[in-house]
Amino acid sequence: MKKIEAIIRKSKFVEVKDALHEIEVNFFSYWDVTGVGNEKEGHVYRGVSYSTSDIQRRFLSIVVSDAFLDRTIDVLLKTAFTGQVGDGKIFVSDIIETYRIRTKETGSESLK
Amino acid sequence: MEETIFTVNNVWMMICTALVFLMHLGFSLLEIGLTRQKNTINILFKNVFIISIGLILYALVGFNLMYPGSFIAGVIPDYFFDLFGLASPENGLTAEYADGGYTYWTDFLFQGMFAATAATIVSGAVAERVKLGAFMIFTIIYVGIVYPIAGSWKWGAGWLDELGFYDFAGSTLVHSVGGWAALVAVYLLGARIGKFKKDGSIGVIPGHNLPFATAGVLILWLGWFGFNGGSVLSADPGATSKVLVTTCMAAAAGGLSAFLVSLFKYKQYDLSMFLNGILGGLVGITAGADVMSVTDSIVIGFIAGALIVLGVALVDKMKLDDPVGAIAVHLINGIWGTLAVGIFGDLAGWSQFGVQLLGVVAIGAFCLTTSFAIIYTLKKTVGIRVSKEEEQEGLDIHEHGMDAYPDFRLNQH
Repeated sequence: MKKIEAIIRKSKFVEVKDALHEIEVNFFSYWDVTGVGNEKEGHVYRGVSYSTSDIQRRFLSIVVSDAFLDRTIDVLLKTAFTGQVGDGKIFVSDIIETYRIRTKETGSESLK
Repeated sequence: MEETIFTVNNVWMMICTALVFLMHLGFSLLEIGLTRQKNTINILFKNVFIISIGLILYALVGFNLMYPGSFIAGVIPDYFFDLFGLASPENGLTAEYADGGYTYWTDFLFQGMFAATAATIVSGAVAERVKLGAFMIFTIIYVGIVYPIAGSWKWGAGWLDELGFYDFAGSTLVHSVGGWAALVAVYLLGARIGKFKKDGSIGVIPGHNLPFATAGVLILWLGWFGFNGGSVLSADPGATSKVLVTTCMAAAAGGLSAFLVSLFKYKQYDLSMFLNGILGGLVGITAGADVMSVTDSIVIGFIAGALIVLGVALVDKMKLDDPVGAIAVHLINGIWGTLAVGIFGDLAGWSQFGVQLLGVVAIGAFCLTTSFAIIYTLKKTVGIRVSKEEEQEGLDIHEHGMDAYPDFRLNQH
């Protein structure tokens, strides 16, 4: 089992979510994050212009069985892409064990 | 007339003016409450723009256009009679001006507060996707020219007035005028991303702050004390107190009926429908607030509330995306309230009903054509809709470079 963490543009979220559902990745968590990166955004606040590298993105945490890893990554790389600086990053890590609380199932079974 | 009574009348009218002003706060809170966090600044910006530009335009053009004194061909207010700017007539500050009801200046400001309302109604319907610049241009033309011309046909002693059309405080002249434009704007603008899904189902885009929406509606209800109470045009004890009673009865009945109908229909206690129902009742009673009995006003409110629930569902069914329910509240109930004058109360009767219907159709045709011409032209020239990326990331960060709640982070839908 793998955990895929993806930081993506908010404007790409709906597309990514729909694409994940299409390949039957139906469960994941997400939240909004503020990060610091290479991209700078220019703003003006009460007449003062400033640029900030604090960028708002959406963070997805997806746990999948090994068989789903490649296609999930493919979908993320494809649908979260715009080609502009700031498209985000994907991190993959190992998951030692998973439990479904209701049925006490473990491992890949609990991810279905 | 006794000077004291003139003063009392004028003071009441100025209080009402202030109450109608407060409605702009109510509209602002309602609109941001029923939409998403990421578009809050944009909506507040639109609302403060509307009241500001609305008053200036009303001073420059609107007031004189709406109360022209004479008409060209019976329909077009005599533009050149007294256009541009305000100047109190000789008797403008005396009891002679309006039967001792108010002064020229009170007259202007009270009517000016009304004028901006028409554009505020549209603002709610087009929220979360309209291009700010295009909306501003629309507001200028609509509030500056269309609203006063439509109003002059009745309140400026124009042809509808001569026919006996009755619209006490503006179910048609204010609310439907805004509602028709909202309908056209929503149609030309298209739905927000996610509102109507590919499989034909209707997406839910919940508002981000129901406490704000509730505060907005209660403030609007309070503002209606001035909207209808001031439309008596004096502090006449009997008329003003009765109007406040009918207004409140209709509001209460509208809210209750919208909640009951939606409970029956959807098996859920829906606060947002309750809120819209209150507004529906208020819009519904506005055309005949002074000619209805208490029972009439409760019945009118009750029907108005039911129309809200059905109207909101109908708008969704027609694939029109109206985030705050402006079409159901202001257009459908504006029409209902206007027709109700021919059904209930002192003026009820077939001939009155006919005239009311004529008024609804005439103002509707005028507003539909003018708003379509304005918005369609804007669509083909400057564009009326923000980019997809901007819509998804929020108008606040793109158009205004900031968040409404920068230190407060939750998922921003």
